[in-house]
Order: sequence, then structure tokens, then C-alpha cells
Amino acid sequence: MLKKTLAALVLGSALVGGQAFAADYAIDKQGQHAFVNFKISHLGYSWLWGTFKDFDGSFSFDADKPEASKVNVTLKTASVDTNHAERDKHLRSDDFLNVDKHPTATFESTSVKSTGDGTADITGNLTLNGVTKPVVIAAKFIGEGDDPWGGYRAGFEGSTTLTLKDFDIKMDLGPASQTVDLIISVEGVRK
Amino acid sequence: MHWRNTSTNYGLTSIALHWLVAIVVFGLFGLGFWMVGLNYYSSWYRTAPDLHKSIGIVLFMVMLLRVLWRFVSPAPAPLASQGRLTRIAARLGHSLLYLGLFLVMISGYLISTADGRPISVFGLFEVPALITSIPDQADSAGLVHEYAAWALVIFAVVHALAALKHHFIDRDATLKRMLGRAAG
Repeated sequence: MLKKTLAALVLGSALVGGQAFAADYAIDKQGQHAFVNFKISHLGYSWLWGTFKDFDGSFSFDADKPEASKVNVTLKTASVDTNHAERDKHLRSDDFLNVDKHPTATFESTSVKSTGDGTADITGNLTLNGVTKPVVIAAKFIGEGDDPWGGYRAGFEGSTTLTLKDFDIKMDLGPASQTVDLIISVEGVRK
Repeated sequence: MHWRNTSTNYGLTSIALHWLVAIVVFGLFGLGFWMVGLNYYSSWYRTAPDLHKSIGIVLFMVMLLRVLWRFVSPAPAPLASQGRLTRIAARLGHSLLYLGLFLVMISGYLISTADGRPISVFGLFEVPALITSIPDQADSAGLVHEYAAWALVIFAVVHALAALKHHFIDRDATLKRMLGRAAG
């Protein structure tokens, strides 16, 4: 009886092993395999890229039930970096991110809708510069599996476009620069 | 008139340095105050800060020379009519002005060089970044720069009022000396 149960368990796990199932992941902040980048048009002549270096978060994901997924990210607005001290200082001021008054920005998902094989629209509330608005992140599942160091990881990329005025950003950078594209790439380690 | 100071009078060098620096400091304050309010599309948006930084660096060099000059040609003796308290107040006040000047200039330098970039001085030469690892350097130095600049100009006005007090109330040669017109 015990041998049969054991055999069934081993067989069962052999079938299940390698398949995805619902799990909670912590964004890999320690190894920094996650990036929150943005680009905005400069005068309509080129793209200005930047990143937020300090953020953390988690997500829960089930490849069989993507619409049950959730994601939460909190970032420190003062960690903005566009590779220029004077520009970054200006970005942190109340002309833009007003980091003294609003030191964090957050995203909390509210619903996920599958849009195809491995892609989904993640709707959630983005709080930026003290303003909370719903945004939709177009997300794509990249891959998941065991890592060489005893962990299990899953990774995504996502993008969305924000209108600066929607979040009460004061400075008007001209007609070509009313919106900013967020390009996010995260890898989570299963908890 | 001499280039150097005597025991009773300021020489041309000290007088010229004093008034030139005063004009430049108030000019830079006004320029700084105005430039931070500029719209991104203003034609002065880049020119004004470039000028502000270039003049600031030159001012720093002039101030270094000025400190050196104080050793080469010490200031004239205090006026006989001025008591101990006045002399102490004068020393303290003038030291605070020098301190304020260097605080403003160095903090300004630390803002722009926080990312390792040098400062270009009128496009003629560059001052390299020397310190880049102060936490939140651009912001911290920015705060110091702003507050020290205000403190400096306010105290400079107090300094000017003090000179006027000496001239009109005490009726002594303090202001006259700095205008190059004193008794020998």
C-alpha cells in the first residue's frame, strides 16, 4: 500500500514537475534583475532615457490562470537617474517629481486580462506625484524556471505611456514631450 | 595712490577687489534667482546657467587671490576711535562674509560636478569634478548653495548698512577708506 502511494506520488510529481502553478514572487532587488526605465522625447529630436534605481515589489502569477495575477511595485522617486546631475536635480524638484513631497510612487494592479499567448493587459492604480490614476500596462511573460542557485524565477516585461499633465507634473516640456513611455523589466524570485 | 595697503589706508588692489567682488556677487545672485525660473524653451535656459557657473569659477579664483593678498598686504589698522567691541564685530563680520562666499562657491561647484562632469568656464577651460560621492550630492549641495547665497547677500546688506552707520553716525573714515579717500 505504501509502495503504491509512493509510486503514485513520484509519478504524479514527475507529470507536474516543470509545469507552472500559482506562486508568489518577490522582485529580485538583491541581484537587481529588474529595471524601471522610461523614455521621453527631447524637443522631438531624440529620446531621452532614464531609470529609477531604487524600487521593490512583488507579484503573484499562475501561467494556467494569468487573470488571477497580481503585482505591486513601490519606487523611490529620488532614485531617478538620467546620467546628468543637473538634470536629475531638476527632475527631483517640484518642477517635476517633487520628491521631497512625494518620495514614493506606487503601482497596485486591480485586474489582469489575457490578450494572447503569454501577453496580458494589467490594469492598476498608479500613484505618482501624489496623484492616483488607473493605468494599463501591456505585459509579456518572458520565461520561468529553476535558477542554478536553488531558486525559482519568473520574468516579465511591460510598457505603458503616461501623460505628464495627468499626474500634475508642472513643467511643460513642449508639444513633443507631453507623454513619457515606461518600459519595465522584472524578474521575481519565488517566495 | 599705492597698489598695496598702508597702516592707515587701503591700496588700489584691495579697493578694486572689494568693489568688483561686491558687484559680481550681487550680479550672480540676481542671475541665479532669475535663471531657475526660466522656461525650458527660453533662449537663456542654457546660457544663463553656463554664465553663472563660469563667472562663479572665476570669482573663486579671484577670491583665492584675495585671501593671498591679505597676507601679502595686510589690511590697515583699525581706526583709533573704534573700541574693542567694534573691532571684534568687524573681524567677525568680515570673516563671515569670506566664509559665506566660499560656502556658496564650493557648494555650487559640487552641484554641477556631482555626476563627475567638469564645469566649462566660458568654453576656455574645464574644472574637473573632484568630489562625487557625497550622498544626494546635487540636492544637498543645492540646499547649501541656496541658503548660503541668501545669507550672504542679506549679510552683505547688513555690512553695507554698518559702513553707512560708521560714515553718517560715527562720522569716521571707515567708508572713506574703502573709497580710497582717507586721511593718511
